[in-house]
Amino acid sequence: MRDVSFGQYYPVESPVHRLDPRCKLVLAIMYIVALFFIQTFTGFGIVALALAVIVLVSRVPFVKVLKSVKAVIFLIIFTMLMTFLFYRGDPAYKIADWGIFHLYWDGLFSALKLSLRLMLLVMGPALLTLTTTPVELTDGLESLLKPLALIKLPIHELAIIMSISLRLIPTLMEETDKIINAQKARGADFESGNLIKRAKAMLPILIPLFVSSFRRADELADAMDSRCYRGAKGRTRMKVLRFHVRDLIAFLFMAALVFAVLTLRYNWFGILGLLPFTVY
Amino acid sequence: MPIIEFENVEYTYNAGMEGETKALSGVSFSIEEGSFVALVGHNGSGKSTIAKLMNGLILPDKGRVTVDGMDTADKKRIFDIRKTVGVVFQNPDNQMIATIIEDDVAFGPENLGLPPAEIRERVDWALGSVGMADHKRGTPFRLSGGQKQRIAIAGVLALRPRVMVLDESTAMLDPKGRDEVMRVVMQLNRDHKMTVVMITHFMEEAAEADRIIVMRSGEALLDGGKEVFNRTSEIRSAGLELPLPSRIADGLRRSGMALPDGILTDSQLAEALCRLK
Repeated sequence: MRDVSFGQYYPVESPVHRLDPRCKLVLAIMYIVALFFIQTFTGFGIVALALAVIVLVSRVPFVKVLKSVKAVIFLIIFTMLMTFLFYRGDPAYKIADWGIFHLYWDGLFSALKLSLRLMLLVMGPALLTLTTTPVELTDGLESLLKPLALIKLPIHELAIIMSISLRLIPTLMEETDKIINAQKARGADFESGNLIKRAKAMLPILIPLFVSSFRRADELADAMDSRCYRGAKGRTRMKVLRFHVRDLIAFLFMAALVFAVLTLRYNWFGILGLLPFTVY
Repeated sequence: MPIIEFENVEYTYNAGMEGETKALSGVSFSIEEGSFVALVGHNGSGKSTIAKLMNGLILPDKGRVTVDGMDTADKKRIFDIRKTVGVVFQNPDNQMIATIIEDDVAFGPENLGLPPAEIRERVDWALGSVGMADHKRGTPFRLSGGQKQRIAIAGVLALRPRVMVLDESTAMLDPKGRDEVMRVVMQLNRDHKMTVVMITHFMEEAAEADRIIVMRSGEALLDGGKEVFNRTSEIRSAGLELPLPSRIADGLRRSGMALPDGILTDSQLAEALCRLK
């Protein structure tokens, strides 16, 4: 069985993997925000190029990153079609009239841009989870959100809930397997019948799973109490997150990207006039 | 001064409700620092209740439990009590908090609020003491039961407690895993002078202790050194069997072989048999 608690983490040594998780989270947010400021193909080209460079440095195969798009491919095709079919554009650029649909060239471009934005939007965070373990992500999130503890948000508690869930996923999967086998041995049938019948057949799996989860939770709570757990109070960490020079370099790289995107968008320094080509 | 003292301790589960069960009815004993005590009993004899009483996970209905002079009912001292008495439970899967072994072992010392360098040192030491140092960056899922339980022991050890209580910690393990855990525990007792309270229903394990307390339906039936194993009828009445080597020796004695008394372990039996003329 694959270790689910590692998510889709791709274990290789690379500068991207070694970045501070907090830094990576911030970079991912900057990347997403930048994507929403892009309106031209040139802009998408720049971001795609930057993403390609990061993927190369991370030594994660391109296929792995591209695969993440698969999950939202229907959404992308659907929104693309909708935009193209219902776009009301400049009559001068009309392609054709199909009954209630009116097709325009700018409609097509806008649909293409939308799909590019969605694909880049999925691939960036996918690279984050490919290069960061869930444990690191949890630690990073806890540390980034720590200021919110001041306004009494239970940040530490949320983080520990998340890490315990991650820890329990494989255990519960194993348990589910056992229960399924036990029920099968008693003649339970999970494979035949319609959807409702099959859903009902899941009940004898879910109930024992729930019961044992409560028992486990009880025992885990005892074990945590025994090991002097008393919440965030006075707790320190063995692995202290530290910013390194590489985090600064990564940050500057992303800042440059955001800057380039904004320059193109708002024509800072009259950049659009200076370029030897027209920006679409 | 004894490190743990039970004075007339009574405990009832679901008191005043349906399914009320008296787990302990007036148990008294004290445990000296550095000793290796085995607490044996059949299911429902109250032995696991004792484990939970020892570090204040539950409080006695009547009587008193003190740890190094601190009453477990004293809420202000509960942190110090748990620092003194560490408990390893039965199911290793239900004691792990983190996905990576060293992070799990670090959980205890992190709760103590120690500086990162000291936590690191304690984690490395604890994993070394249980012979799991090579696995520290791995995950516990693919390990054997014995290895997982050794990590659970390391997790408690990293708190540097003075007493380690093992609540049926070998019950779910195969014979090899039981051996591994027993070896680690005996070594801790011998080399680090750690007080060990081993709660078990395996008499073979109890035979390794220097003091044996036999529990029967919420009461301490027998309490003493290895001579406890001579009280065959009482041990049987508690729903327990003598260790297998003693039973074999008994059988052989009955069929006329002149074997000495007090055979408890495999090696003692082997030696006695070799000395036969």
